[in-house]
Amino acid sequence: MDIELMAEAFPKILSGLPVTMVLAASSLFLGFFLAIVIALLRTSRFRPLAGFAYSFVYVFRGTPLLVQIFLIYYGTGQFEAVRESFLWPVLREAWWCAILALTLNTGAYTSEIIRGGIQAVPFGQIEAAKACGMNAVMRFRRIVFPQAIRQALPAYGNEIILMIKSTSLASTITLLEMTGIARKLISQTYKPLEIFLIAAVFYLALVFIVTRVVAFIEYRLNPEQRDAARVPTAKDLQTAPIGDIDAGFR
Amino acid sequence: MKRFLTALALASIAFSGAADAKDFKAGSKVRIATEGAYAPWNFTDSSGKLAGFEVDLYADLCERMSVQCDLVQTAWEGIIPALQAGKFDAIMAGMSITDKRKKVITFSRSYMGSPASFVVVKSSPLASLSAGLDALTLADVDAKEKAGLDSMKAALKGKTIGVQISTTHENFLNEYMGDTVTVKTYDTQENLDLDLVAGRIDAALASLSYWVPLLEGEKGKTMAMVGPKMDGGPFGNGVGAGIRQDDQELADMFTKAIDEARADGTISKLSTQWFGFDGTPKE
Repeated sequence: MDIELMAEAFPKILSGLPVTMVLAASSLFLGFFLAIVIALLRTSRFRPLAGFAYSFVYVFRGTPLLVQIFLIYYGTGQFEAVRESFLWPVLREAWWCAILALTLNTGAYTSEIIRGGIQAVPFGQIEAAKACGMNAVMRFRRIVFPQAIRQALPAYGNEIILMIKSTSLASTITLLEMTGIARKLISQTYKPLEIFLIAAVFYLALVFIVTRVVAFIEYRLNPEQRDAARVPTAKDLQTAPIGDIDAGFR
Repeated sequence: MKRFLTALALASIAFSGAADAKDFKAGSKVRIATEGAYAPWNFTDSSGKLAGFEVDLYADLCERMSVQCDLVQTAWEGIIPALQAGKFDAIMAGMSITDKRKKVITFSRSYMGSPASFVVVKSSPLASLSAGLDALTLADVDAKEKAGLDSMKAALKGKTIGVQISTTHENFLNEYMGDTVTVKTYDTQENLDLDLVAGRIDAALASLSYWVPLLEGEKGKTMAMVGPKMDGGPFGNGVGAGIRQDDQELADMFTKAIDEARADGTISKLSTQWFGFDGTPKE
């Protein structure tokens, strides 16, 4: 192990952290809205719309992200027509190709997570909302969506983590995010162990922060679980007077 | 405690990386790695089989060394760490012999010379780049060559240049033009070609032995070679077989076989067949 090399690689890989974070954050942000639209289409009773949403999800979940990135980056550049179209200024840049591929991919996965959440809302509640005179938009906004999000959050936390790691694939289309910089350093030093270890530490740190934030949001969104889960600690039991042992449960 | 020590010992073996030195002699098994994506040096033909200059040459050299050879295909990126980890015993993948690589592995003598050159698309404004030089040896640069290098640097200022990752060409760009051009690195030369044609990069830098056959073919119709043919310095001294430093005797066996193949015209014949020019290395 070359500790000196690791110390040298640390700031260099750190300089790729903003790129990784912006790639993950922007594609997650855009992908989330895409996912809501796809999930709504998917639960639509109008067959062609549901079919379109189903095919979209099928294609983007059924093919590897690496293949999608290559198709969007190298594939589109093959066609003269694309190179002369108004799309080229966007597709020419590796940056936008990566964001596009990541957004479409996370959109497909997240839409399934949200669909699961929507369908988990008890039908009785929707009937009740109808009985109260709420229209479809109001029902979705007040009753279905908040519960769907709460239901979907643990799975979505997983998706966020997967996306952070997926940004490393952007290095294959010349983007210098953390993995791209690590690969470049390895090509100069021929020492993959040291350099990938440093990169791994950065990913771990990033994922650690994300899991804490998601856990916190989960805690805030589920007050009933929070109270039910509170069990008396040993200290509560020791200090509570014998007759008042229930106090620990509150 | 004993168990812990055993685990520790096993872990240290697993992480020590370098493979133990093997004894190579006539009759030994030698595993040779190539990339299979760097035509005409080595590539995968339409039937999925490996073909190319090195694929023919390795068979000839192995016969001369009277060893049993296996050719394995491996990604270019990480090919040197994989050699050191003992995944195979030698690299024959169009790899130039450079001082930088010699710090981590050893080489046989060169079996092919390989100058480098820029390539652009014909419609590019860079298509007229000439630098007033035909050839440029970077080991000893005279006044005229210095002027040519400077004019080339000025013409390429602010441009985006693509190279394959972990190559002598990438090292050259970083050393000589790193401050004035944007260097984009690719995992394979084929992806680099795609981006050159797509116009995402202004110029590509690679070995002449790669460009000459490509430019003659269908794929290279829209491309043109510009500027001087460069060698020496970061470009190294020809292409040789890369071998672990512990296995010097294997490198010597390769060197002897390559010298024989040079002397009887085998290398001349194969290089003319695959590259369209005789690239037999001198001395």
